Amino acid sequence: MRGLILSILLSLMIWPALSPAGINAYVFDTPEHEQRFKKLAAELRCLVCQNQNLADSDADLAKDLKDEIYQMIQDGKSDTEIIDFMVARYGDFVLYRPPVKPVTYMLWVGPFVLFVLGLVVLVMFVRRRNQDVLESGELSSEERQRLEGLLREQRERGTSGKRKGK
Amino acid sequence: MKARFLIPLVVFLSLVGLFMVGLKLDPREVPSPLIDKPAPSFSLPDLHDESKTVSTEDFKKHKVSLFNVWASWCVACRQEHPLLVELSRQDVVPIYGLNYKDKRSDALNWLNRLGNPYTASAFDEKGRVGIDWGVYGVPETFVVDGKGIIRYKQIGPITEEAWQETILPLIEKIRAEEG
Repeated sequence: MRGLILSILLSLMIWPALSPAGINAYVFDTPEHEQRFKKLAAELRCLVCQNQNLADSDADLAKDLKDEIYQMIQDGKSDTEIIDFMVARYGDFVLYRPPVKPVTYMLWVGPFVLFVLGLVVLVMFVRRRNQDVLESGELSSEERQRLEGLLREQRERGTSGKRKGK
Repeated sequence: MKARFLIPLVVFLSLVGLFMVGLKLDPREVPSPLIDKPAPSFSLPDLHDESKTVSTEDFKKHKVSLFNVWASWCVACRQEHPLLVELSRQDVVPIYGLNYKDKRSDALNWLNRLGNPYTASAFDEKGRVGIDWGVYGVPETFVVDGKGIIRYKQIGPITEEAWQETILPLIEKIRAEEG
């Protein structure tokens, strides 16, 4: 009985792994073609669901575009040709890695500019703090009294300590 | 010294400004690379009569025309449909349709029920022409001039606002250009 239940449970666990195989079964001539297909589908954005790539998306248009990529690979088109085909129709937005050009300078350079800016502000802040301490090198009379008090205390404690030590 | 206390305020206000601009932007509107380019050529069977074809040549018959991508399964198409019907009734501008990934019978039923504003509808069953035109969200409407150049693309339904403020002025401008 226990064995039966266990085997049922186990077969349920592998069920999902067995079933969907038929859905996007593209058959490729070579493993290299399949690799290219996977790479392209991962790098192109699904226009309908925007934050998914074509590979992950189940939208109707994504399926059509995957079919299109498959067909183009079968027809012997190069990766650049396929990407150019997509960009000509949907614009740079289909690319998860946007090209470097005037409109995208901000995107590419922005983070570094912010980093450098942060660094500059940090250096200025630290320098100014050091300078504040240096500039007011003179102690006020109040501070001097406190300092002398502390020193005296320490001296007394030191001498009494020595005595005890003997 | 006083100015330093204003820095957080300035930073805060500029952030608010950025967010306000951001709220108005629609990330679904992807600028089309096809604007001011020749319309991707196609030749498809007419939805109503398989023996006829609708093609890019049809745009050259008019100074300016609309090319509206629609489908019977598309909910937002229903929203803009009354406006299209009204435009065709008043004969403002010829409207060509691209019936996108639809069943012929469903599409014909839909037009019978809601009215047919189209001069002609091309039947793009597989959506292949849709891909060439960079269609990703139906409805979409292109303004095509008499030389077959795409001048504007409306993504999503044509709203009253988009019509009055953008599309109609553009149509008038193109008519004036072509004399």
